[in-house]
Amino acid sequence: MNVHYPALLVIIPLLASFFISAAGWLRPVWCFPLAVAAMAGSLLVSLGLLVDVLLGIPGLYWFGGWPPPWGIYYRVDHLNTLVLVIIAAVGFVNLMAARPTVERDFPEKAGPFYTLYVLFVTGLLGMVVTGDAFNLYVLLEIAAITGYALIALGKGRAALSSLHYIFMGTIGACFYLLGVGYLYIVTGSLNMEDISRLLQPLHGSNVVIVAFVIMMVGIWLKMGFFPLHAWLPNAYTYAPSPVSSLVAPLMTKVMVYVMIRMILTVFTLDYAFLVLKLNDAVVWLAVIAIVAGSLLALAEKDVKRMLTYIVVAEVGYMVGGFWLGNRAGFTGAVLHIVNDALMTFCLFLAVGNIIHVKGNSRLESLSGLFRTMPWTMGALVVGALSIIGVPPTCGFFSKWYLLLGAIQSGHYGFLAALLGSSLVGVVLFFRIFEIGYFEPLGASHGPAHGEGGAAVREAPLGMLVPLWITALSLILVGLYTGEIVGRVIRHAIPEMML
Amino acid sequence: MEPLPSLKPLLAVLVSLGVVPILMSSRSANVREAWTFGAAGLKFLLVLAMLPTVLEGRELVCTLAEVLPGVAFRLRVDALGMLFALVASSLWIITSAYSIGYMRGLQEHGQTRYFCFFALALSATIGAAFSANLFTLYLFYEMLSFATYPLVTHHQDAEARRSGRKYLLYIVGSSIGLVLPAMIFSYHLSGTLEFTSQGFLPRAGSPVLLGVLLFMFLFGFAKAAVMPLHAWLPAAMVAPTPVSALLHAVAVVKVGVFCILRVLTGVFGLDLLASFHLGAAVACVAAFTIIVASLIALTQNELKRLLAFSTIGQLSYIVLGAALLSPKALVGGMVHIAMHAFGKITLFFCAGAIYVATRKKYLSDLVGIGKRMPVTMAAFFVGALSVIGLPPTGGFLSKWYLVLGTLQAHQWPMLLVILSSSLLNAAYFFPIVYRAFFFQGDQSLSDNTTQEAPLWCLVPLIITAVCTILFFFYPFPFLRLAELAGL
Repeated sequence: MNVHYPALLVIIPLLASFFISAAGWLRPVWCFPLAVAAMAGSLLVSLGLLVDVLLGIPGLYWFGGWPPPWGIYYRVDHLNTLVLVIIAAVGFVNLMAARPTVERDFPEKAGPFYTLYVLFVTGLLGMVVTGDAFNLYVLLEIAAITGYALIALGKGRAALSSLHYIFMGTIGACFYLLGVGYLYIVTGSLNMEDISRLLQPLHGSNVVIVAFVIMMVGIWLKMGFFPLHAWLPNAYTYAPSPVSSLVAPLMTKVMVYVMIRMILTVFTLDYAFLVLKLNDAVVWLAVIAIVAGSLLALAEKDVKRMLTYIVVAEVGYMVGGFWLGNRAGFTGAVLHIVNDALMTFCLFLAVGNIIHVKGNSRLESLSGLFRTMPWTMGALVVGALSIIGVPPTCGFFSKWYLLLGAIQSGHYGFLAALLGSSLVGVVLFFRIFEIGYFEPLGASHGPAHGEGGAAVREAPLGMLVPLWITALSLILVGLYTGEIVGRVIRHAIPEMML
Repeated sequence: MEPLPSLKPLLAVLVSLGVVPILMSSRSANVREAWTFGAAGLKFLLVLAMLPTVLEGRELVCTLAEVLPGVAFRLRVDALGMLFALVASSLWIITSAYSIGYMRGLQEHGQTRYFCFFALALSATIGAAFSANLFTLYLFYEMLSFATYPLVTHHQDAEARRSGRKYLLYIVGSSIGLVLPAMIFSYHLSGTLEFTSQGFLPRAGSPVLLGVLLFMFLFGFAKAAVMPLHAWLPAAMVAPTPVSALLHAVAVVKVGVFCILRVLTGVFGLDLLASFHLGAAVACVAAFTIIVASLIALTQNELKRLLAFSTIGQLSYIVLGAALLSPKALVGGMVHIAMHAFGKITLFFCAGAIYVATRKKYLSDLVGIGKRMPVTMAAFFVGALSVIGLPPTGGFLSKWYLVLGTLQAHQWPMLLVILSSSLLNAAYFFPIVYRAFFFQGDQSLSDNTTQEAPLWCLVPLIITAVCTILFFFYPFPFLRLAELAGL
């Protein structure tokens, strides 16, 4: 379709953010509609790109008409098109759900909030669509800096958590940049495919090894891969709800994508899997991440904080799945980027609703919630079942591929970690459901407790509708897994993979 | 013959799912229950409409989506599935009537929630019955697990919470921990999950691996309550009695054994089991469960717990029927799904009726109750006869086939197990009936006036008791379906 789509994807929200910022000074009422228009534009363009990819039209764009390797170029293929759609969709739906909270909790900061929000999404979209290693760094910093500011909008310890995140995130980004620098030293290029071509004869070089390792550590730091996760729980817990439901589902997934993209396009699988032989070690790191994330989640008494540790565990799923190095594991990892973004989004939205009504999300304030907030809790159940991995929700299918990959490569440690973390998921969520369902405990069996009880006190409709759209999408995406894998992800798998 | 594409299986699954929003939004209890009846009746009719096709030996299929390569979300109606669906959908109508009597009689809270999740559970049950492959079966199995949790914990007190935890721990823990990896391993070995008459696992697999897989399935489907994963069932008896009756005598536990039957026949295939001598191993586990459960039942004082342990034993008859690997025993096991269902649901209905009428649930309090509730106790007697396996009740037929099967397979020890278990069953059921009619007990029961439970409770249990006797004389649909499925 339109040849400019890959550029428009980033340019629409980028330009819109300036207008929103201006509107914040002049006419604050215009901020929200402008942000919605920007997000809707990105979403439509990303859908258009998805259609293009399905039809087999390559989405290539040379900025300023400069051909690679000289100019920056954007590229949409089977690997990133789904990630783009998910980012744009989450950005759009979350914006709808954000409005009631923004208007109530920090109306005076609406202008900056919507500006930062749109810029953050711009950064993420750009990171995913770009084919240039340095451009990726620039967009990474755009997303990171707006992310720090968004998180700092929260109350209490939010500012301190954001500062912690700034330190860690900057180290991560610098490591990545350092890796790009090393690659530039040996190849003299920043274009991903060009670097890859020039690296072929250099696979034995120590500089490349250092570049690889340092880049991976930087990316892992940004995605919160255990034990580099320390910044994550506080940052995502103390952020305002609309921010955590945007940043938590997307940031980590995009970094997983960056890891896959770097290995696949820049270093090549041959190098990562056959020359360096790091597979087993990284999968074991992923096992540790899954186990640690699940156990740390068990120790939490606040639902939102618990979710952040689930995010840590889920990062282990994707990293481990990719490093298994077989087709099933790869499929599982890429599918899980999509699915996990959706299901953590659903859960963070639900918790956002609870916080909107109850003021906090500590376990003890959940009592009787099935009666007072039935719609929110219903969606929370769907999200939880997806995390646990119950069919037909989408979480089951990515877990299926990951488990299959673990069996095919004979990695039973990873298999056990995945199953164990599903079981921990059951404990985690049914602890919430028990409190919401049983407490206050019914005195005894009999006519003492009739129908009725506490009145329904739900979140506003503007928050419930986005939540339920997300919850239903979990089931829908699950049922369309066959299509998604067969028509998109399967084509992203490199030929050499077993 | 080519399977017939049809939407009926899907409709049969969805009809109770679709009624949930209506149930939730209806303000009046009468409207709500009318809808429940409507859905139950429609479901039964839909199942019945497919019966002639199945009896002709044809199958109906409905493919919804190809979710994984070689694995579709697909429903298929074959003889075994039809047999189970027939039992579950017909008993849902009766249980709905009974639920009204029971829940209103006790003025239970949360009745709307109760009927909603009941409908949901039935959807899952029919879905499991009509599953064409292991994936679809697992989907509905899990759906049933989660749909029954609010029913088990209906009373929302501390005891319900404890039981709910145990329920989840056993049922969900085993399905995620054992069935899921076993299923993916089977897929890894054969690239498909579709049930076939000879099983889909490759013949060339190593015996150790196949044995491990078999036991992962056997214990993983913990709803079948094969020992040692049985403790959830007595605990789940805290639920209201209609739940215990339909779900924990029919739907849930039978889904468990149904899954095991499917795995034995459709995943492994009887030939494969025979060639690796795996049938005998399963039979031993089942025999152990049969005997030990009956012995534990002897020691129980709470009627519903006794029935629970009796159920554990009877479920393993079905597993044993398949594990004997002889055609007659397989037919016996399959027919036992139906016969035990009608017999045991009668017993549970009686236990509930007694509770509604007298608030008594311990055996020691039921001495002399026969004078107070003669109809209920007569029905109880019929149910007990069926579970023991005596004529003129349907339970006799399934035991007959099982015994024939042991002879056919030359498994004398198993014959002994079945016979001694029948004796044990008699030993725990007959004293209840005997003391109810011929002993004088508690003062409050011996004022010689007849006082039965409300009609909504009484009529359903009479119907199931009569059915139990009728099936002895007219076992046609069930026996024919079992024979078709055993071919």
